Amino acid sequence: MKVGLFVPCYIDQFYPQVAVATLELLERLGCEVAYPREQTCCGQPMANAGCAEDAEATHRHTAACFREFDYAVGPSGSCVLHLREHVEQTATVRYYELCQFLVDVLQVDRLDASFSCKVGLHASCHGLRGLRLASSSERREPPFDHVAHLLGMIDGLELVGLSRPDECCGFGGIFAVQEEAVSVRMGADRLDDHLQHGVEVVTGTDMSCLMHLDGLIRRRDMPLRVLHVAEILNGSAEASCGIPPSKPLRSARHVRKYRTL
Amino acid sequence: MHDAAQNAVPVDHSDRAARFIAKGEQTTWHDSVLWRIREKRDAVSGSVEGWERLRDLASQIKEHTLSKLDEYLIEFEESATANGVQVHWAVDAEAHNRIVYDLLKVRGVRRVVKSKSMLTEECGLNPYLEARGFDVVDTDLGERIVQLRGEPPSHLVAPAIHIRREEISVLFHEKLGTPAGSSDPQFLAGAMRQDLRARFLAADAAITGVNFAVAATGGLVVVTNEGNADLGVHLAPVHIACMGIEKLIPKPEHLGVFLRLLARSATGQPLSIYTSHFHRPAPGRELHIVLVDNGRTRHLSREDFRASLKCIRCGACLNTCPVYRRSGGHSYGATPSGPIGAILAPGRDMEKYAALPFASSLCGSCSDVCPVKIDIHAQLYRWRQVAVREGHISGKKRLGMQMVGWITRRPARYRLAGRLARSLLRYAPRRLLYGRWNAWGRARELPERPARSFGEWYAAEREKE
Amino acid sequence: MKQENRHNTGGGAGNGTQNGSHAREAILEAVRRARLPAVPLPAIAGVRDACTGDPVSRFMVSAKVAAAAVQIVETGSVETAVRERFPEGASIATTSAAWSFDRMDARTDAHTMAQLDVLVCPGELGVAENGAVWLGESGMGPRAAPFLTQHLVLVLDRSAIVSDMHAAYDRLDVAREGYGVFVAGPSKTADIEQTLVIGAHGPRSLTVLLTQAARFKSVTI
Repeated sequence: MKVGLFVPCYIDQFYPQVAVATLELLERLGCEVAYPREQTCCGQPMANAGCAEDAEATHRHTAACFREFDYAVGPSGSCVLHLREHVEQTATVRYYELCQFLVDVLQVDRLDASFSCKVGLHASCHGLRGLRLASSSERREPPFDHVAHLLGMIDGLELVGLSRPDECCGFGGIFAVQEEAVSVRMGADRLDDHLQHGVEVVTGTDMSCLMHLDGLIRRRDMPLRVLHVAEILNGSAEASCGIPPSKPLRSARHVRKYRTL
Repeated sequence: MHDAAQNAVPVDHSDRAARFIAKGEQTTWHDSVLWRIREKRDAVSGSVEGWERLRDLASQIKEHTLSKLDEYLIEFEESATANGVQVHWAVDAEAHNRIVYDLLKVRGVRRVVKSKSMLTEECGLNPYLEARGFDVVDTDLGERIVQLRGEPPSHLVAPAIHIRREEISVLFHEKLGTPAGSSDPQFLAGAMRQDLRARFLAADAAITGVNFAVAATGGLVVVTNEGNADLGVHLAPVHIACMGIEKLIPKPEHLGVFLRLLARSATGQPLSIYTSHFHRPAPGRELHIVLVDNGRTRHLSREDFRASLKCIRCGACLNTCPVYRRSGGHSYGATPSGPIGAILAPGRDMEKYAALPFASSLCGSCSDVCPVKIDIHAQLYRWRQVAVREGHISGKKRLGMQMVGWITRRPARYRLAGRLARSLLRYAPRRLLYGRWNAWGRARELPERPARSFGEWYAAEREKE
Repeated sequence: MKQENRHNTGGGAGNGTQNGSHAREAILEAVRRARLPAVPLPAIAGVRDACTGDPVSRFMVSAKVAAAAVQIVETGSVETAVRERFPEGASIATTSAAWSFDRMDARTDAHTMAQLDVLVCPGELGVAENGAVWLGESGMGPRAAPFLTQHLVLVLDRSAIVSDMHAAYDRLDVAREGYGVFVAGPSKTADIEQTLVIGAHGPRSLTVLLTQAARFKSVTI
């Protein structure tokens, strides 16, 4: 089974540790993984902004990068959904979000990792309602959750329930800046839900949502931190919690100014 | 608000939303009270065996009806006419308003009571009739409240959901003479009951919307909780029912499917209090039906968007929408508002409503909650493409996206741009990095700069041999 | 300059006011021009309420959720049950010859109806899944009566309860009478801050009396 590692652009540039964790995890589970170095971006930023035609060349490029693989697996439900909907038709490769690949293809039933923290799971929308990584709260169907299933295999991890288990965090790509006020409010409300339930670490399948939430956490100096689910499943995150070290901000003035938002 | 009376100033959803959010406490309340309706809907839909199958059926019945809409319209007209109902056809809002006006004028009507109708809202019937001297009274409590405030409804089912009881207390004190400071909902609703009972008894004509029209029997179904549609219709000599042509369903048995879904999706009730079936006018009375197109046939020809004509106006997509709950109905500047409004309005006037398809995080909750399975979030995505193609986003944004497209089609460009972005994060002074240009950074930190990209790490660690 | 609005020229029944048959033809022609692919009409299957429980007790639970009062009474004691539920001196009328209250018929004046405290009507059919009762025109006197009365009592034979709305429409001929209505509770609104207020414009209460034959008849051998 030849697996191509698909790394979304913002993970490549800003969160390389997530891609490393994904690579190591797949290898530990026995996959032969290669990283096509020429890959760039899935094309979603342009398409979601209404500029799908500006993404066409990028789509073709991405398709070419993964031509020789059986599976392209990446740590993002959102980018993978985009590739499935706009690129996959033209290729033989199947695009998979990491957790879906672990559960549906590799059928993983144990993972050798521990993480002694209270974890809140952020169900990113495109993975949830697009890839159906879990049952959504709107639909009347037997409940299932691939990501929670995998997290359940981690030693010491306590998965915390939330009041609104699958509400959007308000990232939404271009939405995050175009509708800044709504986006920020949605993110803040999500974080409040996690805090009220005693969450220490917020995890999820999409670093983009977590980047948005982390931006709020650090600006408001909240006692939370974010980790991509690959980091936890791979055991690459520091394995115990306690009070997470609050990151010193570059300017305390900003904390004062924004904490009350 | 209706299209006709407003200039085509583009709606700035994000600005309106920001102002609603700035209200703080009220936004919190708005979000939580609508979420409670969503939770009630979850609970009550969970008690129906085969809920998802019911949604499938409803969707298929609507798609079938739309696919043969010409035949069903003719069948409906024949059955209704045979029942003694008078059927009128209107190609657009102006024609609809004119038909209603003529019916009222010829009969010497002065006082009109109305029950909730999104169609007449869409057509701007109230201002049209008021300008011609008629006394038009909306009788649904929420509709009456927004009418007295001179506002459009902000929610399909709960038109006054954006207004707090204290504001209603002031309004009723001014308009109904209730004691100042009395804000108990029971008391306020009682005052309106008194006021409207007299108006029902004195009305010359009643105008209603239509929830479903049955082609086989020529019947109309109108659903309310308050009983206001029935009070209006049964007391006035003339009943005018206004409906979009998409309201048709083939047979009475199909009512069972839609009624099981409608109230559960709308308010979390198993059924609304009154589900009234009109087939023939009462002896000595008149029943008129106005069948309205107003862009619906045009919409029917749009393959990507026609599914929105399946809508049964339950409002579930509003209640579930994380954006709507925090931005308020008026931020959309359209009736209906919310996700369904955001896919209907651009079809009527793209110039004015180009911002609405972007007023969504594309989370997809609307599509999953919709009782007739309209692919709302996918349509939002597609309307974005149309908006851009027709030149409705700023040149700056378009250029930015063309740049990203140009960069990401070549690995070398992409790597260079990535290095530049990471350098910027490292070396640019905070004042510059978080300048006015950076909407992200107004309330959020940017990601921290890693030592190297994954690509660089991979080249160094895995490809060094 | 804007590009041509591609999506707004794809059809439609034209602009401007057209009258009568012109409008009719324009709309029908525009529908035909849209040329929608055929979609079959599905059979209503797989959604029927499979609940095997007693429909009467389910009906009672549903009606109570909708804020209606439900009481099982013997067929002969409807009048007593009604009088017991309302204060002495309340004006009570009925549309049926079956009960000995003041009779109301289709000629009764609206202002008279508006003074009425209690109206007793015969219901035709009950629905267990939502507590609704079908009231046909012949059972309500003037159509406005069940909405103008301050309190509404519907009398329903307990054998006339079906499980769900599909069964209800199977049983009913909705076009038989000019008007009919499912009533599923007292008139209500939540339009002020989503606070439930019972008695919006119509009745302030709904009582459903489920009738059954006397159970303990004396048996003589």
